Amino acid sequence: MSEILIDPITRLEGHGRIHIFLDEGGTVDHAYLQIPELRGFEKFAQGRRAEDMPQITSRICGVCPMAHHMAGAKTLDDLYHVEPPSAAKKIRELVYSTFMVEDHALHFFFLGGPDFVVGPTAPKAERNILGVIGKVGLEIGKEVIGVRKELRDLIGDAAGKVIHPVFGLPGGVSHAISPELRERFAAGAAHAVEFGKFALQVFRDVVLANPEYVDMVTSEAYTHRTYYMGLVDAANKVNFYDGRLRVVDPGGKEFLAFEPREYLDHVAEHVEPWSYMKFTYLKDVGWNGFTDGAESGVFAVAPLARLNASDGMATPVAQEAYEELVSTLGGKPVHFTLATHWARVVEMVYAAERMVELAADPEITSPDIRTLPTAVPDEGIGVVEAPRGTLIHHYRTDERGLITQANLIVATQNNAARIALSVDKAARALIHGPDVDEGLLNEVEMAFRAYDPCFGCATHALPGQMPLIVEIRDLRGELVREIRRD
Amino acid sequence: MTKPKVAFYWCASCGGCEEAVVDLAEDVLAVVEAVDIAFWPVALDFKVSDVEALADGELAAAFVNGAIRTSEQQEMAELLRRKAGSVVAFGACAWLGGIPGLANLSSRESILRHVYHESPSVQNGDGATPQEQIDVPEGRMTLPHFDETVRTLDQVIDVDYYLPGCPPPVGLITAAVMALVEGRLPEKGSVLAPDVALCAECSRAATKPEDLKLKAFKRPHEVLADPELCLLAQGLVCLGPATRSGCGSVCIAANMPCTGCMGPTSRVIDYGAKALSAIASLLESEDEDEIAALAGQIADPVGTFYRYSLPASLLNRRVEPATAAHPGGAS
Repeated sequence: MSEILIDPITRLEGHGRIHIFLDEGGTVDHAYLQIPELRGFEKFAQGRRAEDMPQITSRICGVCPMAHHMAGAKTLDDLYHVEPPSAAKKIRELVYSTFMVEDHALHFFFLGGPDFVVGPTAPKAERNILGVIGKVGLEIGKEVIGVRKELRDLIGDAAGKVIHPVFGLPGGVSHAISPELRERFAAGAAHAVEFGKFALQVFRDVVLANPEYVDMVTSEAYTHRTYYMGLVDAANKVNFYDGRLRVVDPGGKEFLAFEPREYLDHVAEHVEPWSYMKFTYLKDVGWNGFTDGAESGVFAVAPLARLNASDGMATPVAQEAYEELVSTLGGKPVHFTLATHWARVVEMVYAAERMVELAADPEITSPDIRTLPTAVPDEGIGVVEAPRGTLIHHYRTDERGLITQANLIVATQNNAARIALSVDKAARALIHGPDVDEGLLNEVEMAFRAYDPCFGCATHALPGQMPLIVEIRDLRGELVREIRRD
Repeated sequence: MTKPKVAFYWCASCGGCEEAVVDLAEDVLAVVEAVDIAFWPVALDFKVSDVEALADGELAAAFVNGAIRTSEQQEMAELLRRKAGSVVAFGACAWLGGIPGLANLSSRESILRHVYHESPSVQNGDGATPQEQIDVPEGRMTLPHFDETVRTLDQVIDVDYYLPGCPPPVGLITAAVMALVEGRLPEKGSVLAPDVALCAECSRAATKPEDLKLKAFKRPHEVLADPELCLLAQGLVCLGPATRSGCGSVCIAANMPCTGCMGPTSRVIDYGAKALSAIASLLESEDEDEIAALAGQIADPVGTFYRYSLPASLLNRRVEPATAAHPGGAS
């Protein structure tokens, strides 16, 4: 039997690894996705002060620290039974929306985008942000970098630090938005909306106008019929900051709608001995192995899942873009994994439009930003939609507010089973025998890159491409061929 | 003249130090002008073999972030040490152990037990635990081994310089890179940041009383802190007196106390002990029982004073297992 090991960070610090077994005939027997990482945050959270959790858990991930910080702050509201003033909630959502725009932009232009903008089997040296700039022009490339910087500076000024924010507290935020800062947010929001529209147009021009790409996006190799989960508001529109968790079945019908506090009734984690990452599934359906369909509890989160689990977007331009996506791809639910890239841009537009609304809200500069907790803390649960999907924090404390139990279910973990399915299916469809070229491997890799995976919520996925090493071994385990894509 | 070569590398970290380098934005162009980045796995050419092919000492500098917890991380640190003229421990984790270093409060075994068996959302009827070597129907798979203890970079290799912060402030990164490539080498062992306590540069310094004395400590969620006044004077445990400056006091600008991510000044051996004594010295009492009662108001002293520096401290790690009654107590 031959094996193909795709180890993005081989011999170094592995954060995501694909192990493909071929049978005697050279066809794919099984492709495993392994997460070789564990740090134990939930364990060493025990004994810490609850109010420090938003800052401690942000260190799970320096790419999306705001998601953990915000989930932590919301968990503290619940833990201390305190309702933040309206202005504080708006400030949190304004900062969070800003974060969603810049984080989605990072993925679309730097990480996932190059596969389409430059081409899935284009020379590897061009398949990166520089290749994207080559296609769309240097001025636009500079604008991408410039808008991201503007948004990240705004986040830093509102949250204390952009990498590892400090402003979240039970009952609100630590400081108000000054009129000057609000002006800057308004300007940044306007830039973000234009930027989002531009990204939509890039997607139309580059992907939708190319029948080859459309075929790829809608091909069976990249399709899975699973359940989908996302936060929705009272009108069932996508919401990143607050709401109920809604789940639709593979046929698109509402299957569940529940308050975040009830998460333990509906989601559970499955353990496999070959990965440090746990696989989340719907308890109501049960764990039936790595398989899709209505009988499998496997579900998906993140941009496409959020669109599937909702009835649309709460802002006008994003709603239009959502309708275009749904009608182009043949109605909901959309099961094409690669359409996640499109959904991400739709969400970028929504987050930008939400920034505009909140920056224009007179209450955003209110000094009434905290409700002091008075109740004895006991147990709290908080949920946000991280860029990569539903993120759940759950703390129990003693009466002094010291953590006795912490449970964290991160976005990529909710997607882990579906990502594993996607990698296996893409490998089966694309790989026939050990004679695998680099472009083909990239197409396998695209099956998981679409999710913008943040393995262990700590992958070092940043500008540039995921390095890959593939080792092909014969029956005796001897190395017969090595392919490097650096 | 050829440009000096530098390398960036991560060990056990969150990716925030990498994002901090990306946040140099236009400044990164000045860095790219001045140096040839020979190795930066997240963004550029990846090959470890390229590093192995370099002559010993050929890299002008290697910037390494993250703490050390696996054998692979140790091997890469040792390789970069051989190839680099200077090694810079980049950020709080590499210098002091960082927040992931709080894992030294738990045993490896208790972490595995908690995550795969005790967590409230786990359904693990088979009692499965991830194994370093496992046979699946199609063949054999492996997972890397994790050490019992999180170590700092200089507990593994010789380190020349340190860049503090979680993550290091952008200005300090640029200054450090430029100093090294221009050959303006500071004294070995230097921390590349101002060597004064944060209180000296704090925007609220003028409101800190000369003879500050405290009768009670407050926790950040218990008070509406005045946005202009010294946070210590308001009873909040702000670690500015014990912490190195250079961050621009951005947390305090957001009306939150300093938690010490920039680490100690050069005159301090154990950051947590220094921070504890700096705070204890503010207690207004001569009575030992009263002092003990006041100090007892500080919940979670280890997580408060050693939040970023447990592996580098004299304590290093917990040696006794935690009991249910004192889940977070000191070792």
